[in-house]
Amino acid sequence: MDALLQLDKATIRFGGLTAVSELDLQIGRNELVGLIGPNGAGKTTAFNLITGVYAPTSGGIFFDGRSIAGSKPYRITARGIARTFQNIRLFPSLTVFDNVRAVFHLHLRGDVRQALWRGKGYHAEEKSIAGRVMTLLDIFQLGKFRDEPAKSLSYGDQRRLEIVRALAATPRLLLLDEPAAGMNSTEKVELTRLIRFIREQFQISILLVEHDMQLVMGICERIAVLDYGVKIAEGTPEEVRRNPKVIEAYLGD
Amino acid sequence: MNTSQPRARWSDKLAQGCRSIRIAFLGLAALGLQYTKTSLLIAIALSFLVSLVADRINPYWLYISYDIAISIIMAVSLNLINGYTGQFSLGHAGFMAVGGYAAAMITNQFGHLNFFAADGIFAVALLAGGLAAAATGLLVGLPTLRLRGDYLAIVTLGFGEIIRVIFQNMNSVGGARGLSVAHGWTNFFWSFGLVAVTVYVVASLVNSTYGCGFIAVHDDEIAAEAMGINTTKYKVTAFVIGAFFAGIAGGLYAHAKQFLTPGGFGFMQSITFVVMVILGGMGNTIGVILAAILLTLLPEGLRYLAGIEHVPGIAQAFPLGWIGDTRMIIYSLLLIVLMLTRPQGLFRLRKRKT
Repeated sequence: MDALLQLDKATIRFGGLTAVSELDLQIGRNELVGLIGPNGAGKTTAFNLITGVYAPTSGGIFFDGRSIAGSKPYRITARGIARTFQNIRLFPSLTVFDNVRAVFHLHLRGDVRQALWRGKGYHAEEKSIAGRVMTLLDIFQLGKFRDEPAKSLSYGDQRRLEIVRALAATPRLLLLDEPAAGMNSTEKVELTRLIRFIREQFQISILLVEHDMQLVMGICERIAVLDYGVKIAEGTPEEVRRNPKVIEAYLGD
Repeated sequence: MNTSQPRARWSDKLAQGCRSIRIAFLGLAALGLQYTKTSLLIAIALSFLVSLVADRINPYWLYISYDIAISIIMAVSLNLINGYTGQFSLGHAGFMAVGGYAAAMITNQFGHLNFFAADGIFAVALLAGGLAAAATGLLVGLPTLRLRGDYLAIVTLGFGEIIRVIFQNMNSVGGARGLSVAHGWTNFFWSFGLVAVTVYVVASLVNSTYGCGFIAVHDDEIAAEAMGINTTKYKVTAFVIGAFFAGIAGGLYAHAKQFLTPGGFGFMQSITFVVMVILGGMGNTIGVILAAILLTLLPEGLRYLAGIEHVPGIAQAFPLGWIGDTRMIIYSLLLIVLMLTRPQGLFRLRKRKT
């Protein structure tokens, strides 16, 4: 098993509704995969399965060869999967700096006791964390907003900050849930550049759930198409574009 | 009543009161909310120095200052739960009761041992009270902190009432008749030294990388969980630490009043602390401290206003007797006005930069 993430017939049912049915999906190392489908196809549910919001009814989910099905979201994040949200979910009352810093507790060596004792080790660690936070913020040109509350940022900056915050968890797999939602075409071009940049700079895999076909077709190497919870197609953007099933799903008969 | 006597007493007490409040503020200013161990030690040393000259402070104001200290400890510790972590708890007085009764039982039982000039056994009792409250907090917190918002509020409210009813029916602690506490050991050093410790612990917690998690849980639980924060653990931690300090405040309260009744730890008492937190601005330690001071002094201040009618000259010009009679109504009206005009809290200071 060489894939970083492997979904093995992952299924989830809510009562009588099968939201995702026997989904097989593989994401390799440093690969950029797109997951598309019409409204209500189960994309976000698939996402929630991977991130541990839901546990699969049947089937397996493996990350780096180990099962993560049914793990708690915070454990999965600690393992190396970080995500962003469709409707931005920053910590609004924290500053930009603290939004990213909050995630760094994952890399803390000490715990409450160290925070209370405030010894030498504590200060050294806080200082190194502050440095790493600022490096991350500066890479994404957010350094100048460090003391602003996160809610005061513009929409595009909030999206970027959310990605920075996810990257602070040093993930090996980054899940982006409709990052282009609510963006105009200039911002989308910017976003495309950003996603490519992240992949090269941080050498991580990215799974992109997206509505905007143009964006997905533009950057993904491989695309999986969901419809009514079932994977109806998978392949390169070109293959997917020509697949009659996909056309039918999107345009209807 | 002699008309000239209240006047002298009135102004005299006010001046003395102002002085002791200023001293209290000095202690807090020294702490400066710098969250360093040095400032903590300075604050403790200051409260020790003041306690050396405590016999020169008017006993009435000294007594009020204990009340203020207890209120600050309660409000600041509740602020960790309600303000920073965003878990609406309505049972803080319940933890205070647990701590108060536990500490009182210990000093009543072992107080005569008198090692380290009595302060040793008092310290043990306070600590035991805090730990008992913390254990109760863990017991209550583990199952209930999975609840959100209103549900948690109702459960904690129920918990507070249960504690009260339990003490009311425990004959070993006097039941509804109350429990007399043999030793009045609460002094300026213990009360304000522990204020300093409480403020230090809460402030240094929420200002660390570890503590960003508390505010993250408050802001967005789903996002916090997705960012690797164990939200349940954080909530229980906040709850247990908050309960611990409430227990310590309970111990101070028991040895200040020297009498405990279950009725003193009812729902209204919890509400008073919640009001302090809201008034101070949720998640704002300095604001909450100021609100705790203000709300403890306000009823006392109104009591003084009630005395105004005895001041010669004023009684004829303004019939002010109603102030004394309607003191608690004015207090509630002031709260309503404050809530309407400053829903974000009285003291919304700009967040300090890290």
